[in-house]
This record gives sequence, C-alpha cells and structure tokens, in this order.
Amino acid sequence: MKLDEFFVTGDPLIYGADVSIALTMIGAIFVLTYFKKWKWLWTEWLTTVDHKKLGVMYIIAAVLMLFRGGVDALLMRAQLTVPDSSFLDANHYNEIFTTHGTIMIIFMAMPFLIGLINVVVPLQIGARDVAYPFLNAVSFWTFFMGAMLFNISFVIGGSPSAGWTSYVPLAGLELSPGVGQNYYLLGLQIAGIGTLLTGINFLVTILKMRVPSMKLMQMPMFTWSSLITMVIIIFAFPVLTVALALMTFDRLFGSHFFTMMDGGMPMLWANLFWIWGHPEVYIVILPAFGMFSEIISTFARKTLFGYKAMVYSMVVIAGLSFLVWVHHFFTMGAGGAVNSFFSITTMLIAVPTGVKIFNWLFTLYKGRIRFTTAMLWSLAFIPNFVIGGVTGVMLAMAAADYQYHNTYFLVAHFHYVLISGTVYACFAGLYFWYPKMFNHRLNERLGKWSFWIFVAGFNLCFFPMYFLGLAGMPRRIYTYGIGDGWMSLNVLATFGGVLMGIGFLILVYNIYYSFRYSPRETTGDPWDARTLEWSTPAPVPHYNFAHLPEAKGHDAFWIMKEEKKQGKAPEKKPYKPIHMPSYSGVPIIMSVFFFTAGFGMVFSWHWMSILGLVGVLATMVIRSFDYDKGFYVSVEEIEETEKKTTL
Amino acid sequence: MESVEYSPNTPLEYQSETGRLNILGFWIFLGAEIALFSTLFATYLVLVGRTAGGPGPEELFEISGVLIETFLLLTSSFTCGLAIHYMRNHSLKGVFLWIGVTLALGLGFLGFEIYEFVHYIHEGAALTTSAYWSGFFVLVGTHGAHVTMGIAWISLILIQLKQRGLTPDTTRKVFISSLYWHFLDVVWIFIFTAVYLYGMVM
Amino acid sequence: MKSFFALSMFLAVMVLSGCSNLTVLDPKGPVAEQQANLILFSIGFMLFIVLVVFVLFTLILVKYRERKSGPEYEPPHIEGNVFLEIVWTVIPVIILIVLAVPTVQTIFALEEAPEATSHKDPIVIHATSVDWKWVFSYPEENIETVNYLHIPEDHPILFKLASADSMGSFWIPSLGGQEYTMSGMMTELYLQADEIGEYRGRNANFTGEGFTEQVFTVTAESQEDYDEWVEEAQDAPKLTQEKYNELMLKGHTEEQTFSETHLQWVDHGMDAEYATKVRNGESTDEDESSEMDHSEMDHSEMNHDDSEKDSEEHSH
Repeated sequence: MKLDEFFVTGDPLIYGADVSIALTMIGAIFVLTYFKKWKWLWTEWLTTVDHKKLGVMYIIAAVLMLFRGGVDALLMRAQLTVPDSSFLDANHYNEIFTTHGTIMIIFMAMPFLIGLINVVVPLQIGARDVAYPFLNAVSFWTFFMGAMLFNISFVIGGSPSAGWTSYVPLAGLELSPGVGQNYYLLGLQIAGIGTLLTGINFLVTILKMRVPSMKLMQMPMFTWSSLITMVIIIFAFPVLTVALALMTFDRLFGSHFFTMMDGGMPMLWANLFWIWGHPEVYIVILPAFGMFSEIISTFARKTLFGYKAMVYSMVVIAGLSFLVWVHHFFTMGAGGAVNSFFSITTMLIAVPTGVKIFNWLFTLYKGRIRFTTAMLWSLAFIPNFVIGGVTGVMLAMAAADYQYHNTYFLVAHFHYVLISGTVYACFAGLYFWYPKMFNHRLNERLGKWSFWIFVAGFNLCFFPMYFLGLAGMPRRIYTYGIGDGWMSLNVLATFGGVLMGIGFLILVYNIYYSFRYSPRETTGDPWDARTLEWSTPAPVPHYNFAHLPEAKGHDAFWIMKEEKKQGKAPEKKPYKPIHMPSYSGVPIIMSVFFFTAGFGMVFSWHWMSILGLVGVLATMVIRSFDYDKGFYVSVEEIEETEKKTTL
Repeated sequence: MESVEYSPNTPLEYQSETGRLNILGFWIFLGAEIALFSTLFATYLVLVGRTAGGPGPEELFEISGVLIETFLLLTSSFTCGLAIHYMRNHSLKGVFLWIGVTLALGLGFLGFEIYEFVHYIHEGAALTTSAYWSGFFVLVGTHGAHVTMGIAWISLILIQLKQRGLTPDTTRKVFISSLYWHFLDVVWIFIFTAVYLYGMVM
Repeated sequence: MKSFFALSMFLAVMVLSGCSNLTVLDPKGPVAEQQANLILFSIGFMLFIVLVVFVLFTLILVKYRERKSGPEYEPPHIEGNVFLEIVWTVIPVIILIVLAVPTVQTIFALEEAPEATSHKDPIVIHATSVDWKWVFSYPEENIETVNYLHIPEDHPILFKLASADSMGSFWIPSLGGQEYTMSGMMTELYLQADEIGEYRGRNANFTGEGFTEQVFTVTAESQEDYDEWVEEAQDAPKLTQEKYNELMLKGHTEEQTFSETHLQWVDHGMDAEYATKVRNGESTDEDESSEMDHSEMDHSEMNHDDSEKDSEEHSH
C-alpha cells in the first residue's frame, strides 16, 4: 500500500483536521512534559481502578466524542441548508453521516451514561468500589481504544460510508471495497468487549455490593435503571459481537454470511443488527429515565411518585425491547401477520413509558420546584420526549410506516427521543453530579444560557424535520433540488443546529469558567438531595465511605437527615481498616494490544493482528498469575482524610 | 468482612468475598455466552440448505468421527466433575489426576475436530464455499476455539495449583474453569443435535 | 411557558410548510389515501395526548414552583396512588387498541389490489434497482424502460420488486408507501394512480455514492394515451443482453426504452449473483454452464414466455 493511499488526502477539511489533531497532540505532550505530569498521569489516572476516576475519564471521552459527532452534524446541516449545494460531495457526506450516527450512539451516548453510572451507582448503594475493579478498567480502556480505532479512520485509510446500520450488500466487500467498513467492524467489536464487561460488572455490583441494609425495592431509581440496563447489555451485546464477527469474516476471510454470492443472506444482517440495535436504544434511554427520576425528585423536594410502577415499567420495557426489532424494516415485505405482530408489540412500549411520564408529573405535583440547571434539563425532557414518543407510536403503525420509513420523519423521531432523552439526561446528570466529581458546581447562569439556547435550537432543528419527512424528503440524501420545495424547512433546521452548537460551546466554557471561579464545595450535599451518594463528604475519599451507611428506605440519605433533625444522631463508631484494590497498568496495555490487533485486521496485515492478539493473551496470562490482593487503608489514614473533608 | 467464620462444609472457593463474586459473575458471563451461541445457532439454521450448488452436509458428515468427539467431550465433562469432587475433599493429587484426564480428553476432541475440518476442506467444503459452510465452520469453529481457550486456561491454572496448592483463590479458579468446561459440553450437545443429526437426516 | 413555546413553533412550522407540499398527506391514489387517512387519524390522538401532558405539565410547574410556594413550604410525602396509576395505564391501552385495529386492517388491505378497481386485472411491472438506476419491465407488453414509468390511471399496478445489487426501496410518495428491493428475493407492492399527472419516484434506502440521484418519473395518463405509449415503446430497439449488462455497471444513466425485457435472461428475484458476475467479467450465459438444473430452468422459462405470448394474443 502506498503512503498516499494510507493517509486520506485531497480534502481541505481533512487536512484541517490533520493539522488540529497534530497540534492538539503536540500541545498535550508539551503541557504534560513542561509541568512534569507524566508520572502523575500514569499513576493517578491511566492505571486507576477507582470507579470515580474511570467514570470521569468515560465522561471526558464522551464529551470529546460529542464534539466530533456534533461537528459531523453541523457539516451535514451546512450541506443541506440550500439546494444543490456543493460544499460536500456525496461520498464525503456519506462518510459523515455514518460516523455521526456510530459515534453518537456507541462512543458518546453509552460511555457518557456508563461514566455517570460508574461515578454514581457504587456511591448510591453504599459500596466502596465495584465488584471487579480491574475489569472496570479493562472496560474503559477497550471502549477508549475501540473509539480511537474508529476515529482515526478519517485520517488513515478512509471512513466507513455505509451508514451506522451498515446494511449489506452495500457494506459488503464488493460494494464497499475500502478499509472504512473494517474500521467500523473492529472499532465496535473492541468497544463492545468493554460494554459487555461493564454489563456483568455492574449487575454483580448492584446485586451483591449494596450495603446489607438496602433491599432491592429500596434502591435509588438510577441504580434500578442501571441494573435493568445491564441485563439488556448482557443479552443484547453478544448478538452484536456475532453480527460484527460474521461481517468481518465475510470481508476479510471470504465467508458468505451476508454476500450476494454463493447463498449468502443479506437480510440476516438487518435482523441480527436490530436484535441488538433495538435493545441498544433502551440501553441508552433507561439510565436517562433513572437520572430524571433522581433529579426531579430532588428538586421537587418530594419522594418519587409510584416507585414500584417505575421499576416494573422499566422491566416491561426491557422485556419488550427484545420483541420489536422487525419494526426497523416493516417495508421488507414480511407479510401482514408479521408486520401486525411487531406493530402491536412496538405500540405496547408506549404504555409503560406513559406510566413513567405521568409518574414524573405527579412527582412534581404538590412539590416545591427549584429550577436549577439540572432540573431544567429534566423538565424540558418531559414535553420533548412526549413529542418523540407519540411520533414513535405513529411510526409503529406499520401501514403508515411505509410512508415514514427512511424519511426525515424518522430522523426527527429518533432525534427527539435520543436527544431529549439521552442527551438531556447526560447534561442534567453532569450538572447534578458535577460537585461529586470535581468538588465544585457548574455555574448556574452560564448553565441556564446554555440550556435555553440548546433546547430552542434542538426544537428548531428537529421539529421541521417531521414536516420534511411528510413532504417526501428521504434521509441520507446529500443534496436536493430547488423544485423539491424542502429549502425553507432545511434553513430553519440548520439555524437550530447552529444554536445547539452554541449551547454546547457555552457548556464547555462553563466547565472552564467554573473550574476557575466556582467556590469549592464545603459540604457533600449541595442540592439538599435524597440518596446515599450525597452522604459522602467533599471531596469523596477514594474509599467512599469510612463507615458503611444504613439504608432505611429508597430515599436513604433523606431519611438520615430527617432523623438527624429529630436529634437521632448516629453513634460514632471506631474506624476499621478498609480493604481496597491496587491500581494496575495491565488494562491499558491490554487495550493497546487490542488496538494493534484491530488496526492490523483493518488493513489485513496479519503479522500485526497476530502480534496484537498474542499481546492480549500475554496480558491475560500476566493477570492470571497476579495474586495481588490489594491493600488496607489504615485507621490513621482514614482519620486523617475524614478530618480534612467536611461534613 | 473477611473475618466471618465459615462452617466447615463451605467449599474453599466460596470462603472469600472475591470467590463468591467471581463465581456469580462467571455464571452471568455464561448467560452472555448462551446469547452468543444462540445467535450462532440461529444463523446456522437460517443458512441450512444454502449450499449454492456445492456439497451439502448429508454427503460429507460421517457419524463415526462425530460420535467419538461426542464421547470424548462428554467423558471429559464427567472427569472434570470428578476433579471438583476431589478438590472438595482437599485431595490435590486427585485434582491433578482428573484435570489431567480432562485435558487429555479435550485435546483428543480437538484432534478429531481438526481432522474432521481438514477432511471437509479436502472434499471441497471450506469457509468460503457457500453460506451453509460458512455457518457450519463458524458455529462449530467457535465452539472449538472455546475448547482450545479452555485447555490453555486450565493448563495455566494447573501451574498455579502446583505453585500454591489448594487455597480459596486457586480452588475458585478451578471451580470457575469447570463451569466453563461443562458449559462447552452442553453447547456441544446442541451442536451434535442441530448440526450433525439434523444435517444427516436432511 | 414551554408548551406555549412549542405551540408557537408548531404554528410557525405549519405556516412555513404551507409553502412546501406535504406529499404524503396529499394522496393521488387509493393506496396513499388509505395511508394518509391512517396518519391523520393517528395525529388526532397524538395531539390529544400531547395536549393533556402539556397542560398538566404547565399547570403543575406554575402552581408548585418555589417562587410561588415560598421556601417554607414542605411538600407532603406521597408514595403513589394506585387508582391514578391504573387510570394512566388503562387509557393508553384503550388508545392503542383504537389505533391498532385500523393499522392491522390497513396492513392487510395493502397486501391486495385496491378494492375500487378490483374487477380489473392488475398490470404487472417488474421494478429492479441497480446501482444507481431503476429498470422497469412490462412482461405482458414486452417492453422495458429505464428511470421512467408510464401507467394508466384508475388501474391497479402490481409491482414485482427486486434488486440487482444493494438493497433499495421503491417509493412513489404520491401513490403510496415504499417497499424494499432485494437481490435474490421478490417483494410485491400494489399501487394505483387516480389522477393524471407526473409523480416523482425514487430509491428511499441508502445505496451508496449515487443514491441521491437514483430517481425516476412516473407518468400517470389516460388508458388511450397509455396504450399509445405502449405501442410506441414496442417499436423501440430490442434489448440485447450486451446492452443490459451495461446497465448492470455502477453509475447513472438517462431515460431509456427497449422492446423485450431482461426477464428472458435473468430474474433478479431468483438470481442474486447476476450483476456481480457481470462486473467481475464472469460468464452469465446460462447455456454455457454444464449443470443440468440450469439448462432445465432455461427450458421452462422459454415455455413460460411462449405461454405468456399466447395469453396476450388471446386477450387482444
């Protein structure tokens, strides 16, 4: 392979990206060297197994990916603003919407949520760490390396361009001969390993690591939503693993699962993809539901309305999520009976979701509502998600779906549920738990600016798309004619998109501004909140709890505070040494080998893939022979730490 | 936490917090493995008959080789159970003996499977021949790769047993690997039925 | 405040979209009409649901905001209300049943030719997507067109859909919803135009680089005009396999007309490999293959052709 085939050339936008990547890397290396931070970076962060630090790293990576995916989105909007635009050519546009979709779902939404789960869930259940801290680090680093592998595609070798759904035969070797599709397959495969491990890890953590006094039906709603999400992950991700592996075999080793030649079956891919893909949608929405429950309850100063109904509705949603995948291709001609069945199962999901909406509304009812930024995001979710939800029911009606399918009506629908569900939740959760992570709050004034601009922009961007869909505009076209009559709504959408971009930039500025100017936390409970994570001091000690807290209901910390007000102070018990796991460099090294193996497979450089896989196995062997049992935090150190923190 | 008293009947591998957590986690991992193999089975069954004019299974499958493979793997599952029995009785020697037998049987299984694969490829049925054979090789091959991983993994555990004897940590590893081994046995029973028996009556 | 905002947005968009035509809600045939009716029916219910939630939402936010209740107000402890929760479980279930019944009815209705014209035999047209063009074969009329369609008004058309390569979706929004075209698989779709006119048709499912321009025009005309067009088209140059194989290559092409159809060599609904073989320069000629079953298939196809010609003669 020649060098000019290896590096993507010929596009000024990509040269610009090359330069900015190079500058960022040089800048980072310079800063780390100048301030002598390399050792600190390695010992404190890269080798950490602390769930709070891993969570923070997940969130940082997710915000970076949100930036990348957002730039992709704005490039698309720029191209579609006016008819017959020649800003991007068809191929470039195809690459951009492919990477936009893939990055936003796999490398932004999931890691953002998993990051918040990492930070919050162990604290909410009174645990000192997760069940498998080492695996947790492996999860993060495989996700990170998978994301990096996917992302370098646009400077080395070329991006995938068959859509995030990668339907075959289009994504097969004959119609997509470049390496781009290989990046998709291997990037997702490596990141998928991490997600599956997270699923197992947090399922066991939530089942087994709770403080002994916390019953299942007393768990905070975010923990409940995480538990159910993990179950979905465990059963859905292996399907993706297989689907990706089969397509990899097709492309690299000449098998015939999805090919047109020799008996392959392209529609098998669509089925496998969506058997994973639809549960995936609930993987990114259920934790969001959990967060909204916590935040709405906190700022309405009321316990959650219909706690049990909230839990059962999530269980029902999780179950139904595996029974609806065919609605992604009603137009395949599967026949009336099949389409009717999947229409009805899909519509059924609206019932438990509706129950949740009304339960949130009645949590607010008779509350004392404080409009903090976190609460604003949670409140804006309700009306926007309802719009996304009812149009979802419309899409579920198969006979009507033949007209909506593959149009901007669908695009509008899934952005309404994914942005007002998942993205609002990520922002809400970020504002809400920010003081737990960084020991200061985000500025509320900037936060509200960013909120209003983003939400206005979001509605302006996606509401017109429903009408574009009804006007017959299909998704994934890179341009349209003046005669199509789609321009005015597209101009509106682009304007909204720009506003969303501005809202995001204000959020980023807010992070910087608050780091400089926000007062540091003096209590661990800035919002007068209800669940156990707020009972930890500020900053949270690395062992989380000096004494394990006691849970007497699903608002465990609220109950503790009520009892304190009534003068029932908990008796002071002597500290005991706390057992903690050791940090390890093995996870990051293992993931670098995964990356090497993946990169080798992308280019069919088999020596490199074998080298990478041998490296992966070697790190596993090293781990197997490692009998490090962690260490004990001494009573003196606990006393020292507890004195410094304030409660 | 670590200072809890255990009744003498609690097996070693259940006596530590880590042991209990890891065993539960591994059961859940096996749940994910079931989802993985279910997908492979579904794929295989969908592709049955799509031989694109090439050879079909009814021409190539030979019952004798498959029966030997089945016998070897089922027996190895039994001997693996014996190894756990001796581990519970704190007999390191018995553990070594029966795990050794298990590994030998596993290697025998692998040998026959590789021979079988080579035979098919020789007869003109490879991964690249048709959709049907792609499905066959990836389903049966994934199981075979699992068995290979299992043999390598259990060998490493044997070394650790030699170094450390029967401790809560080593017994945990032996126990978990035995779960894995039994699981592969169960998967094979499904392969035997859905692939070989069904393929021969087709 | 929020709902006022959303409502004003809704109105603004409605006004704006007045300029552009909501094709899907402006049906030109019975299939699209059934779908438009179903869509409008569902929109009614959806607006009701949205209204209920928005009104409740606004009232609660206005009434229970802290600035109004004051910092002294301590909210009551309410764990839930079984009656209310049953109410908002049962009402959505009822709404869903009301929506599901016409949905299922329409799903099955669309599988058959439109009722109003069911006394007429549908015209069969094979629509084949090839990267990035549309090939239409009229087996009974024995003509083949590329990138354009002529159909008579008030006459059911049975489209037999297949793809030579990547999966497309055959969509004429004014006449009705879409259906996938797949290689090695045949799907069927009934459409009908009730009004004379030119309609846009296109591929709605992403097929790569040339996807955006993978469009065709549909001319719905009176029966006489249609018959005239058919006769003209039958005088067009014969479609040769060589010419057809050129169409199999990736790319765009202008509108073309041929007499005879490609169905004599290949049915993409049965043969998924044809286009790939052409592109790879492999032989596609069935006679050259020595396999028994293939030559038998040729034979039966030929018979089939003959019988079709016979029936055509009888009907005239």
